[in-house]
Amino acid sequence: MFKKVTTGAVALAIVSTLQIAPVSAQETLYVPLLTYRTGPFAGGGIPIANGSADYYAMLNERDGGIGGLKIVTEECETSYNSQKGVECYEATKGNGALVYNPYSTGITLQLIPKAPVDEIPVLSMGYGLSAVAVGEKFPWTFNYPASYWDQMSSIISFIDTQDGGIKGKKVGFIYLDVGYGKEPIPLLESLSESMGFEVVKFPVAGKEMQTQSSHWLNVRKENPDWMIMWGWGAMNPTAIKEAAKIKYPMDHFIGNWWSGADVDLKPAGEAGKGYRSANMAASGTHFQALQDVIKYVVEPGNSQADPDTVGSVLYNRGLYNSVVVAEAIRTAQEIAGHANITGAEMRAGLEALDLTAERLAELGLADFTAPIKATCENHGSGGSIFMQQWDGSKWVRTSDLIAPMTDLVRAELEAAADQYVSDKPNWKTQSCN
Amino acid sequence: MDLLYDIFADPFVQMAGMPDFFVQVLWEGFVTGTLYALIALGFVLIFKASGVFNFAQGIMVVFAALTLVGLYQAGVPALLALVLSLGVMGTLAVSVERLVLRHLVNQPDIILFMATIGLSYFLIGFGEFIFGGETKSMITSELGLPTGSSVVDFAGGIVIFQHIDIAAVVIAGILVTSLALFFSKSRIGRALRAVADDHQAALSVGISLNQIWVIVWFAAGIVALATGIMWGARSDVSFALQIVALKALPVLILGGFTSVPGAIVGGLIIGFGEKIFEVYWGGLLGGGVEGWFAYVIALIFLLFRPQGLFGEKIIERI
Repeated sequence: MFKKVTTGAVALAIVSTLQIAPVSAQETLYVPLLTYRTGPFAGGGIPIANGSADYYAMLNERDGGIGGLKIVTEECETSYNSQKGVECYEATKGNGALVYNPYSTGITLQLIPKAPVDEIPVLSMGYGLSAVAVGEKFPWTFNYPASYWDQMSSIISFIDTQDGGIKGKKVGFIYLDVGYGKEPIPLLESLSESMGFEVVKFPVAGKEMQTQSSHWLNVRKENPDWMIMWGWGAMNPTAIKEAAKIKYPMDHFIGNWWSGADVDLKPAGEAGKGYRSANMAASGTHFQALQDVIKYVVEPGNSQADPDTVGSVLYNRGLYNSVVVAEAIRTAQEIAGHANITGAEMRAGLEALDLTAERLAELGLADFTAPIKATCENHGSGGSIFMQQWDGSKWVRTSDLIAPMTDLVRAELEAAADQYVSDKPNWKTQSCN
Repeated sequence: MDLLYDIFADPFVQMAGMPDFFVQVLWEGFVTGTLYALIALGFVLIFKASGVFNFAQGIMVVFAALTLVGLYQAGVPALLALVLSLGVMGTLAVSVERLVLRHLVNQPDIILFMATIGLSYFLIGFGEFIFGGETKSMITSELGLPTGSSVVDFAGGIVIFQHIDIAAVVIAGILVTSLALFFSKSRIGRALRAVADDHQAALSVGISLNQIWVIVWFAAGIVALATGIMWGARSDVSFALQIVALKALPVLILGGFTSVPGAIVGGLIIGFGEKIFEVYWGGLLGGGVEGWFAYVIALIFLLFRPQGLFGEKIIERI
């Protein structure tokens, strides 16, 4: 009898513990992190994951979290695979997830229709579907600081300021032949018509990422005045080496912000000197926020990052993502009037985000990036980018902020957003009047 | 009419109009073809010894290259790291024989094939555990391999020869020739052919199956290391490099799974064919066609020689 009572008591205690766990989870801010530390794109995924996780860890250590609640992060490995990404989403959404950062255009495309159903917003920061910048049509998805189309228009603007303008020139576009790489093509073709330049496309299939000699023979044959790259992973260093191999002028070769990391240029080294890329956040550890991350997380040994990679382009990109999420949580808490927010309240926070230059300075990130101001209509912000250039051993910022061609891009985005929702009769839109 | 001109006339006009560029295309095809032949050789050796397509050959390329770079980053001098990497590939060969192949003697080929799939995924996970997933740079100059390029004036234009490509062709050529001679002229080579014909018959005449398997897996490991170095120098060393091995599939279809000369000739045909088609005809189809065109070449050959260019004709007697 005693044995049965004891067993029952132990079982009851275990069940009670299990019941308590969700209550405990509700008193934290749960942010699942879809990461890829394995697979063919891990070289880019690892520094992003580290930067992202370390900033949240620093906020917990230094400030006790946000609004008095600790941030609980949980990594789920996607291997940059859309199917695994969706599995991660389904496995974690029930734990009180506040927001998803898919870090893959393929996964983002899968999550866009799920966000309004589950009432958990998606923030695809500088990637994903460009049209989600139209807030009326995509209330639950955000892609600030800028969409791919914004970025492409800024790159074209930059080219237009060089060598007597872009009119009459030939622009080569080399891209990873997947959804991500194809995303800016409609805008590029539209701009080519309106601005009078020729576009030549060079698609690179996933399995050809490291065998690009044919592509670059074609580049040599076509002899474009400028080359723009939308690459990722092993495609980037291979392309840069191949460009150097055919003696393409590197200062006329511009990558987007996923083609301009330290890992992309280090294999090329001196041969990549002059190569340019867009970027949205500065690299380096001289910012106070980075110093705090080093002090509270890296030095105590609580980071997965190799200390040498802290402050690198992609580490800071991941950190920037967490800064934006943290500020959106803070904004959401202010709007809701309580710290323990839901996914729906987080959506309101993301939509009301106003990350000013002053606020960035308060965060210890003065001049780290351009300010972001989201609105009900604009979930993409249309933020500015800057150019960086490889000097043979490191990246150097070489331009002021370059604004996107907002008027042109916005019209294209609205048309694309209309097209997306046109065949979805039950799609939830919102009115911003 | 324009389309007919684009298909049947324009490419040849371009070749004649820019002979320097055409020579460049041929050179790129030759370099690529030689490297394909090297990769294909790794598959052929194991297929000849065990009748199995080694699905793990791609990850062996990555594993070998990561071992080399990892050892160097740990402070081991480059040449010593190269020797130690060979040792690691040798250990891998012994381990595969002891832990996997020995237990599968006389099992159907599909079982051995499945075992190599398992081995492949094990090596991916083990490699990521040991070396991490970060991209690494190949230690090209540290190994004494040449960098830079030579520009040759030709027919009013230029042809660029990368020194690393020249080195790749020379090294691949030496490796392919050495392995081909070793496996065709030596006693071990004859034993290998006996094993390929029939495991049990080879055992009955005193050939050590286990020893042969260790030797061919080690040879495949050497090929993997050479491939990893050459391809790593052209790009970087990451787990994406394993996909490069798949480029050998059309070479194997064309050259035959059991023929060393087939791997060499097949590699060169695919290398030349895909480059020429991509550059001169690819634009008509939107570009990016070399990946599947290699298989078209292979399939055309298969129509006439189902056993591959040099593969052994299969005669089943009832």
